[in-house]
Amino acid sequence: MSNKVYADAKAAIAGVKDGMTLLVGGFGLCGIPENCITALRDSGAKNLTCVSNNAGVDDFGLGLLLQTRQIKKMLSSYVGENAIFEKQFMSGELDLEFCPQGTLSERLRAGGAGIPGFYTPTGVGTKIAEGKEVKVFDGREYILELAITGDFAFVKAWKGDKFGNLIFRKTARNFNPMIATAGKITVAEVEELVETGTLDPDQIHTPGVYVQRIFQGKDYQKRIEQRTVSKG
Amino acid sequence: MPLTREQIAQRIAAEVQDGYTVNLGIGIPTLVANYIPTTKSVMLQSENGLLGMGPFPTDDNVDADLINAGKQTITTMPGASFFSSADSFAMIRGGHVDLTVLGAMEVDEVGSIANWMVPGKMIKGMGGAMDLVAGAKNVIVAMQHTDKEGNSKLRIKCTLPLTGVKCIKKIVSDFGVIEITDKGFVLLEYAPDMTAEQVVKATEGKITIHPECKAMVFA
Repeated sequence: MSNKVYADAKAAIAGVKDGMTLLVGGFGLCGIPENCITALRDSGAKNLTCVSNNAGVDDFGLGLLLQTRQIKKMLSSYVGENAIFEKQFMSGELDLEFCPQGTLSERLRAGGAGIPGFYTPTGVGTKIAEGKEVKVFDGREYILELAITGDFAFVKAWKGDKFGNLIFRKTARNFNPMIATAGKITVAEVEELVETGTLDPDQIHTPGVYVQRIFQGKDYQKRIEQRTVSKG
Repeated sequence: MPLTREQIAQRIAAEVQDGYTVNLGIGIPTLVANYIPTTKSVMLQSENGLLGMGPFPTDDNVDADLINAGKQTITTMPGASFFSSADSFAMIRGGHVDLTVLGAMEVDEVGSIANWMVPGKMIKGMGGAMDLVAGAKNVIVAMQHTDKEGNSKLRIKCTLPLTGVKCIKKIVSDFGVIEITDKGFVLLEYAPDMTAEQVVKATEGKITIHPECKAMVFA
């Protein structure tokens, strides 16, 4: 078995080049590959296309790569939490493609599953449908959406083993499982890296075959965007 | 007096039936959860990957890995499950969610909705809204009836980019409860202290008053 374990984020992202398409897991700031994003910033790779449900906030998540203008294009469903994003988009510096959240997750799933496209009812009759093939099934219209794959995929899991098997925690799972399947090289960072064979096979969310590189992450901030509490 | 945000939420909660799976959008829709009686067994779906969402946590139970689609910290209910975004939208698109409640900037008389974009002004994105309106069996919109200048947001035809076409069945606005049928808007209930005629006057799209239309009553 080849060794998938890398020392740190810097080693694990080696090979990311200018102009590549990167798939990045997470929903808001929940379940984002924090270590990889920092390493990508430090790598200086530019003209990147990033596929991620959101674009982080101004000073965290993918917002870090927007600050440094390393991202040329974003493909996302919602970017409302990021003022830098809005500014760069309005000034024409940044290209943006909106994709409905369910369509985005399915395009990534399809990308990893060898399905080039699929028909969906989502977005029929809206701007999203412009230029897309429409097909009628049982009297209802559907649009053709195409699969997404990336040169690299970056995911964050709770636990992982040295073979790359991953277990996510709570809603930090979100886009990570699909994104893990859709990268030519998938890099997983985990809160806890364990020996192969110690995770229960019944509990694995992402089988290790999808993961080419894995490392033990560190210094997780796990920032909360909307800390909302009840008095109990 | 038009309804408060809380009253809109309270009225929508009355539409939630025992055994329903419900997805609540951000804003007023989120408040609906506060008014669903505990006698009803309801599972709340959050499209970021949770079925069985519970109330906000107490301060010492906050978990960064447990949030709702509005990125708020939350808790889980007994019977809850976590899943990926693809599974979540399979649930939504596949018609397994009984009711979706979401906000809108405009709804028109055929039931099309606009709530994700103001060209040249607001660049945020549609999130899961397009999937939700395309997939849920029943979609109820919580919205203000008019804008700040008093212009109707219940339009003949939406002027903003659409989120979905002919997908809205019912609106609960601050002025009343409006059903959308083949004949356009139908006023079912109006806010206490308003009249049916006032609601009709404040509506741009084609609207008729249901024969049994009545004033809303709040406990």
